[in-house]
Amino acid sequence: MKIIVCLKQVPNTNEVKIDSKTGTMIREGVPSIINPDDKNALEAALQLKEEKGASITLLTMGPPQADYALREALAMGADRAILLTDRAFAGADTWATSYTLAQAVKKIGQFDIIFCGRQAIDGDTAQVGPELAEHLDIPQVTYVKKILAVEKDKVVVERALEDGYEVVEAQLPVLLTAVKELNTPRYPSAYGIVAAFDEKEVETWTAETIGGNPEKLGLKGSPTQVKRSFAPKAKEAGVIIKGTAKEAVQVLRQELLAKHVL
Amino acid sequence: MDFELTKKQEMFRTLFQEFAEKEVAPKAFEIDENGEFPWDTVKKMGKLGFLGLPFTKEYGGAGADTLTYIMAVEEISRACAATGVILSAHVSLGCHPIYQFGTPQQKEKYLVPMAKGELLGAFGLTEPNAGTDAAGQQTAAVLDGDAYILNGTKIFITNGGCADVYIVFAMTDPAKGLKGISAFIVEKGTPGFTFGPKEHKMGIRASSTTELIFQDCRIPKENLLGKEGDGFKIAMQTLDGGRIGIAAQALGIAQAALDECVRYTKERQQFNKPLSNFQAIQWMIADMATDIDAARFLVYRAAVLKDKKKPFSKEAAMAKLFASEAAMKHTVKAVQIHGGYGYMKEYKVERLMRDAKITEIYEGTSEVQRMVIAGNTLK
Amino acid sequence: MTVIIEPTKCIGCEACVSACPFGAIEMVDGVAKINDKCTECGACVEVCPVEAITRTERAKTEEVSPEDYRGVWVFAEQRDGQVMNITLELLGEGKRLAETLGVELAAVLMGDQVESKVPELFAYGADIVHLVEDTELKNYRTESYTAVLAELIKKYRPEIMLIGATNIGRDLAPRLAGRIGTGLTADCTELDIDLEQRLLQQTRPAFGGNLMATILCAQNRPQMATVRPGVMKKLIPDSCRTGKIIRTPYQKDQVNVRTRILEVVKEAGRVVNLEEAQIIVSGGRGVGSQEGFAVLEELAQKLGGVVAASRGAVDAGWVPASYQVGQTGKTVHPKLYIACGISGAIQHVAGMQNSGLIVAINKNPNAPIFKVADYGIVGDLHQVVPLLIEALAEEGKPDLSCQVESAAAQE
Repeated sequence: MKIIVCLKQVPNTNEVKIDSKTGTMIREGVPSIINPDDKNALEAALQLKEEKGASITLLTMGPPQADYALREALAMGADRAILLTDRAFAGADTWATSYTLAQAVKKIGQFDIIFCGRQAIDGDTAQVGPELAEHLDIPQVTYVKKILAVEKDKVVVERALEDGYEVVEAQLPVLLTAVKELNTPRYPSAYGIVAAFDEKEVETWTAETIGGNPEKLGLKGSPTQVKRSFAPKAKEAGVIIKGTAKEAVQVLRQELLAKHVL
Repeated sequence: MDFELTKKQEMFRTLFQEFAEKEVAPKAFEIDENGEFPWDTVKKMGKLGFLGLPFTKEYGGAGADTLTYIMAVEEISRACAATGVILSAHVSLGCHPIYQFGTPQQKEKYLVPMAKGELLGAFGLTEPNAGTDAAGQQTAAVLDGDAYILNGTKIFITNGGCADVYIVFAMTDPAKGLKGISAFIVEKGTPGFTFGPKEHKMGIRASSTTELIFQDCRIPKENLLGKEGDGFKIAMQTLDGGRIGIAAQALGIAQAALDECVRYTKERQQFNKPLSNFQAIQWMIADMATDIDAARFLVYRAAVLKDKKKPFSKEAAMAKLFASEAAMKHTVKAVQIHGGYGYMKEYKVERLMRDAKITEIYEGTSEVQRMVIAGNTLK
Repeated sequence: MTVIIEPTKCIGCEACVSACPFGAIEMVDGVAKINDKCTECGACVEVCPVEAITRTERAKTEEVSPEDYRGVWVFAEQRDGQVMNITLELLGEGKRLAETLGVELAAVLMGDQVESKVPELFAYGADIVHLVEDTELKNYRTESYTAVLAELIKKYRPEIMLIGATNIGRDLAPRLAGRIGTGLTADCTELDIDLEQRLLQQTRPAFGGNLMATILCAQNRPQMATVRPGVMKKLIPDSCRTGKIIRTPYQKDQVNVRTRILEVVKEAGRVVNLEEAQIIVSGGRGVGSQEGFAVLEELAQKLGGVVAASRGAVDAGWVPASYQVGQTGKTVHPKLYIACGISGAIQHVAGMQNSGLIVAINKNPNAPIFKVADYGIVGDLHQVVPLLIEALAEEGKPDLSCQVESAAAQE
């Protein structure tokens, strides 16, 4: 079985702080991590590899520093890593990103499953997976929370809905996007980290390597543009009710009654 | 001079931090309270290759460097010092002598499963009358055909009772004094080898500390480590390495104290402002942060020297001396900063202060470290 | 568009470096320089004190003629034949946009025997309903729904297509945008029209809510957006309104559906419908344990509300992910939101800041949650919440939940 896992290196948005004076983000010192949902995608692939035997190829598009994210995923147990990096890819929106990934997948060749994370924590779009499936003309199942069966020509998975889930059977090849309920990603092992740096390679592919229409790459190939970005407006601070806990809840009760929320 | 970690070391550090935070820290309070050996965590560390970090792959190790291993001890101790010393005693004291002095057969039989985390190691040197003065060894080993017969008692042995493999020192030729000491690899379960009860300790309570008791215990000849009379050299070189491990443990404890103080002083309000706004507190925090960085540089330097196969005995002693005294001093300050809360078991600084003390004592007291440093400096 | 820094004008003040949301400006030899990370957002242009930064419009690479596209469309999501709340919210917002543009608002309703739902769509603002009925469209399937919508869009050419950012909408919208070759903006919280350029301004949070971005789709049509549930306002339904129904048959033989639904399972137990809850009692890491949530549950019941949680509590495994409020969870807008033991990370605040009234209970007086709260109590929630329950009981109103319900009904 051949599996491709798409992943993205993202700033750990949990550690982003806001400059209280200017209201802008402080990006300095914010560590880069593998997007959390993508780790669930990788873990699912690794489990399939252990159960059924599979080769796992990692695919990411990003700056040269994304090498580190690929090394970490290699340390967790993936076999091959491809970094799509080129100035021509810069500024891509989800459409251009998924087009670029699709070109790379075509170049990788035959595969059975592509795993992606549900969405990335920096953009939160959840669009690249389905757009990639569309470019490749393969079925997709998003929000996968459990894998029930993987057979020669199909998978059966649970797809999360807001009020429950549906059991979906999909033909291979298929693209699945993972949610965090799917599994608990493993730690890379010490052996894995040493192997990832000393024994395994990260292949670098450029626009030239993947071919396709250069007009559809990067900023040029992106239908959407960011017009403006700004800090969200903060709500004005309210009052801290002083006094003992007992007094405070009485004041709160009065206030809530006065405002007719009770 | 370069103070940056490599990408590989950085990834290791992140791994240790994550592991410590998710697997070690949540259990730290309970295992300290119950004095319960964290088997579960040790097994997990074994599976991830932590128990063989600095050894080459041919011996079942992960093939990382000493600095990486030292960061593991630091980060794990930051979450739980007892778990940190289990790791340090296993790698530095249990495995390392075999790695450095063992025969190919000994490495195959013992080091490989130890590095893989299948067997746990320990080190038996200290005796009731031979602590700092290691030459006073009274445990005796007498050759009898194809085996040595061991008689005597070792005390305060970290991982005692829990470990599977022990590096034990005994006098093979009392007439030769220090040159009459030899080292042996002893398996748990060998007839005549038993353990005293688990000691009740002030700190690192989840680690196991026991006596090792040898009564006509037959050790096969092939388990002699190095040659007869090599024991003191093996012990001293092993302790040089071990000291970097304990220094890293102390560093982890001190860092944890600082972490707690930073968090607490920003939250706790007195006189309508957070504690962190008071200069008296700020100065304590500044001293703490500075000492911790100084300790870290000393510890890492010793590790890097060891990796480069350069002499590191003095530097290891300096690292251990400074880091352990910093840990003790600043955990006391940390309790002070926490006031009454700091004296309560619910607050981590209470445990940190108890855990810190042992780092000034074991694997050579602060006084021994000063002897080593002075000896090297006045040479 | 390209952003250019004129090095001779740059005075090296670094104002642009800190203003750049993407870390795309570096100082090289005392002069600001733009690197690969630039998205051409222009945030730097405004802050430069010496006008050394300019942004030029990108040469038009016309693929479609935007003027051939007119009208605002809404995907009318239904489940089990019931029109989803988000559909009504989209109609409300779509109506506003359509009126600004002076065009009609259309809804696309797919399903099996769903015609009875058409009047509801008219009542909530639709002028036109595209109705596609077939047994095979009963449940949402990526491939069948994408095929139908893609064909309708090609035929009728709407300029704007709005889809709810639900687990269905976020599966469908990107697949559709990929097929049509147009831009899609995810999870929008604010929409507006730039009449001069006749463009949809799509505003959404990014970077875990640390940053808002306004996104345009200038060249391609339709301009597609998924919209976060619970943000837009529904219209007051007018059952007298009516409109045009356009029926389109489902071309079954032209669609290759490669997935099959074997089973649909509604999660047992109380369904948490946070988006529609009027009162929410939410717990964070400060709750301390799964058991700790019992007291929040009690307060919620007393108030006729529901329990929710922050990501911290969900990650700790105390409550299921479906309870999560915040950037990666649900966006809620109850009348009353009581945050207990929640520090108030921006990711959480992003999901609850539009609540009518926010009460925060936290041990740490510096917790950021107090910055968004209308009322704060500094204290241990395990002490405060039981006292609050007690205080509410004193009131002698045994069943507050009824009161809340009747109040809601009066609206």
